[in-house]
Order: sequence, then C-alpha cells, then structure tokens
Amino acid sequence: MFIIGELINGMYANVARAIKAKDKSLVQACALEQLKAGADALDVNCGPASRQPASDIRWLVETIQEVTDAPLALDSSKPEVILSGLESSRNKVIINSTTADKEKLDKLVPLAKKYNAKLIGLAISSKGIPQSKDQRLELAAEIVASCAEQGFSAEDLYLDPIIMPINVAQSQLRQILEVIREFKIISEPSPKTVIGLSNVSQGASRRGLINRTFLVMATAFGLDAAILDPKDKELMDALISAELVLNKQIYCDSYLDAYRKK
Amino acid sequence: MKNEAILEKWSGKVATVTIGALKQEGGSRRSVIKAGGEEALPFLFREGSIANKPVIAFEVWDIYPSDWPSCLLGAYGDALKDPLRWAKKCTEEYGAQLICLKLQGAHPDLGNKKPEDSASLVKEMLKTVDVPLVILGCGDDAKDNALLPACSEAAKGERCLIGDALQDNYKTLAAAVLADGHSIIAESPIDVNIAKQLNILISDMNLPLERIVINPTIGALGYGLEYAYSIMERARLAALAGDKTLAMPFICFVGQESWRAKEARVSMAEFPAWGQEGPRGIGWEAVTAAALLQAGADLLVMRHPEAIGKIRNYIERLFGRQGCL
Repeated sequence: MFIIGELINGMYANVARAIKAKDKSLVQACALEQLKAGADALDVNCGPASRQPASDIRWLVETIQEVTDAPLALDSSKPEVILSGLESSRNKVIINSTTADKEKLDKLVPLAKKYNAKLIGLAISSKGIPQSKDQRLELAAEIVASCAEQGFSAEDLYLDPIIMPINVAQSQLRQILEVIREFKIISEPSPKTVIGLSNVSQGASRRGLINRTFLVMATAFGLDAAILDPKDKELMDALISAELVLNKQIYCDSYLDAYRKK
Repeated sequence: MKNEAILEKWSGKVATVTIGALKQEGGSRRSVIKAGGEEALPFLFREGSIANKPVIAFEVWDIYPSDWPSCLLGAYGDALKDPLRWAKKCTEEYGAQLICLKLQGAHPDLGNKKPEDSASLVKEMLKTVDVPLVILGCGDDAKDNALLPACSEAAKGERCLIGDALQDNYKTLAAAVLADGHSIIAESPIDVNIAKQLNILISDMNLPLERIVINPTIGALGYGLEYAYSIMERARLAALAGDKTLAMPFICFVGQESWRAKEARVSMAEFPAWGQEGPRGIGWEAVTAAALLQAGADLLVMRHPEAIGKIRNYIERLFGRQGCL
C-alpha cells in the first residue's frame, strides 16, 4: 500500500497556526513523524482558512523539502494553487486532485505531464457526488479517457471512488469497495486506486475502528494507495496484517517491525 | 509480427556483501569477493543488472575428513592431513577464490579442539592463503559460542564471513562479528519465515543488513532440492519486490549435502547399474550446484575440484550469453 500521510493540512488548527506564523519546525516535525510512522508520501493542504493558498502551499512545500525528499501530494481544488506547488517542488509530486470535469482535466493533465507528476482523479464532477457504482465507473472512465487522449499513462493515475461517511451513505460503502476492483479493469495498463480514508468515519463515533475496518476491506479489494493518518498505530498494524493475509509480505514473527524497517 | 519478450520490472535489489579486506582496507587479502547485488532473477540479464558472478568456496577442514568417500579423498591426497597445505592446494592448484574453513575438529565428539587453537589456525590460514575466508563453527552451540568469538577476534579486520547464526543462538556470534568487522551467516531450516525473522533479530543488534548472508539450508538432488529451491525463490522474489529483510545473498553448502547422498557415495560393486561412483558423485554435486544457482545462490561451498570446474564453466557460459538471456 502506498501511504500518503494526511496530517499536513490547514484544516487542523495546529497546522493552520503554523502556516500563519510561518513556524517551520511544526510542519517539519509533522512531516518527519509521518514518514517515520510509515508514510511513503505527504499530503500538503493549506486548509480552508488560507487566504493566500498559492503562496502558502509554496511555503509548505519549501519547508517540507528542507527535511525530506519524499513525494508530496499537492492537495487543492484550485489548479492555480497546484501550479504554485508544482513550481516550488523539487521532490516528486502527486497532483491531488482533478475531478472528471473537462475544464479541470484539460488544465491538470497537461500540468501532470509537464511536471512528471502522478495524478489523483476523483470520481466526481460539478454535477455532484455519484450515487451509484455505475456513476462512479462512468466518471472514472471519463478521467481515464481524457488521460489517454492527452498521452498521460494510466499507471500514473490514481482513481478515487469518493468515500462517503458511514452515517451519511451507509448503503454505498459496499459498492465503493466493489468499484475499487472494477476501476482496475477500465484500461490496460490499469489505473491505480486511492481513497481518502478518514471520510468514511466523518461524524461517527469509534472513528479509529471504522477507519481500520474499511481500510482492511479496501485492501482486500485491491486498493493501491490511501491518504490516512500514519501515526494511528492500530490502523497501520491492521493494514500491515491485511497485506500479510493477502500474501503481499512474507510472514515472520516480527512482521510489524519488519514492515517498518523497509 | 515480431515477438517481444515480456520483461519483469523489479523495484528491489539484493544487498552486496563484501568478503575479504585488502591491505589498504586494513586487511591482508590480495582480492575480495562481492556476493549479491542482483536486480533480477538469476541469469535474466535483460530484466536487471547482475553485477557479480556467483562464487565457489572450497571447503577445508581443520581435521582429516575421514568420513569423505574415497573419490573426494583422492582429489586432495595427503594435503587433507594439514589444513594449511589443503587450502594452499585449493588456491594454487585449483585456483580457489574463496576458502571455507570448517572447524569441525572443535566439536566435542570430534576432537574438541580448544578455541585458542582454532583461533591460531585461523591466523595461520590468513598468512598461508591470500584469498578471503569463510569461517564455520563445529555445529555445537555451546562450543561455537566460545570458538567463533575467538576466531572472529583472531581475524579482526579481514572482513571474513562467519557462521552460522541460528534463531535460538545468534547473539554471541552477532556481537563478535559486529565488533571485529566481519559478516555473518544466518541459518534457517528451509523456512523463509524463520530466515526473515533471524535477519531482523540480527539487525536489531545493529549489524547492518548488508553484512548478513542467508544460509537457507538446502537438500541435495533427490533429498529436498526442489523444496530448498522454492524457499530460495520465494525469498528472492520478495527481495526483488522490495523486502530488505530478505534481500541478502544466499550461501549454499552444496558439497556437504551432495556427498551425504547415497547416490553420490555407494560403490559400483554394491550397485552395478549405477556405474562408477567417482563420476557419479561429482555429477551429483555439480547438478545440485547448478540447480541452486538457478534458485539464486550467490556463494556455493563445494568439495570436489572436478565438480567445481564444471560449475565454474557453467557460470562462465551463462554470463557469456548475457545478450541473449
């Protein structure tokens, strides 16, 4: 599983304060802690309160790059903010994200190509959140088709089925799991799949338990990547164990340590 | 239509373990051996770099190997009575690049030599031959825990490969090897889970993963060879997929296992249909070695010079065809 740490996000009060006060040490510590806990990449999001997201993301990218060369997932719905992040990135980059809307795809796919970035494509459009498996597949297929037309490799594309909170759309979660598997057969070579995990438990009690249960199930359906809190040790232990059950890692008594040594 | 080969892409790489230290590195070896470093399955040169050829170590004992069959005894003659002469014969007459000194005579049932005597033999051996050394204990845990640290210290700075460490007896050897700048052989009983676990336990003692060689334990042809093969293949596939805790070179004790096989030992007088025992035993050792090379062996410890010659030739021929494979 490719793990994108979610904690550098202005949605969290401490990060929002750090962005405002230009407190590098908090952001850098947050980056290193997530990597140490098993993150392969770091999500970078200025948060909803940022008034100058284009300069804030630049500051975040530059700050993080001082301490690591791990890939960065530039997280914004605004292409100009993504562009600002791309311009300041020395590390490998994941664009997070485009929707299935043509105007977004026409802007972000060329940027991904130009900056040799990976791209997260959300199965969502300006028409709203999909309500069924077929709608999700249709939106995903539009993204894949646009990438193919523009010469962007499906292997560098991560499709996100859009996770709905369990207390909002309980009946959709099973379909979302199924669609993770079906996304893989949209094209050859297959696109990859990603989820923003914490959404599943938004507003619910027992968030940790719901998160790790869903992640384990999604892993069994072939999920490639997840945006999550890598410092949630129980979550990571459950994920590592799920990969073991799926024969993706070789068992040994210290398999949790072994995974973390990698 | 032209057929295109489907090539596998790997993200992992086997660690490179260096055996032997040159003068300028604080040792006294004329040459060093680099084992491992593969970025692809054995001999699939087009799928990734295979930087180092597998290397054969000649097995030399500290006592006369009285249980070896006559065909093996005959190949070395009187030199078997003196480990230094024996080793010299291997390097000078047979061009050995690596000597594997087995301290069998330290075993409580086979002479019970004192650790200090074994340590001075190691010192003498380092003066007598200038190729790198593999040093093996006698196989008795308690004795090895006294014997191997003494030998490790005697060879300090020569970057030897010393073994074997076991899941329930690795700490003493790992500490000695770490202190004296050597590498370690981690032995598991044809079990990939234990191999991985032992590597983690050893690395938890601060010995870097790049200083561990896996002894997966093998069976000779007819005695579990396929099982050993499948375990090695599984470990190597995991290594190439990125599992660093299994990404070590393999050492295989081919001579020891092959010459235990009845088919390698019994005389033609007993089994006339099986033909001459000499060529039969040599063939048994060579075939076992060839199969293990295909499983990913990096170091082969072998006995008969003719079997070794055949396998050297086999390795050269495969490496000679790099463009085609």
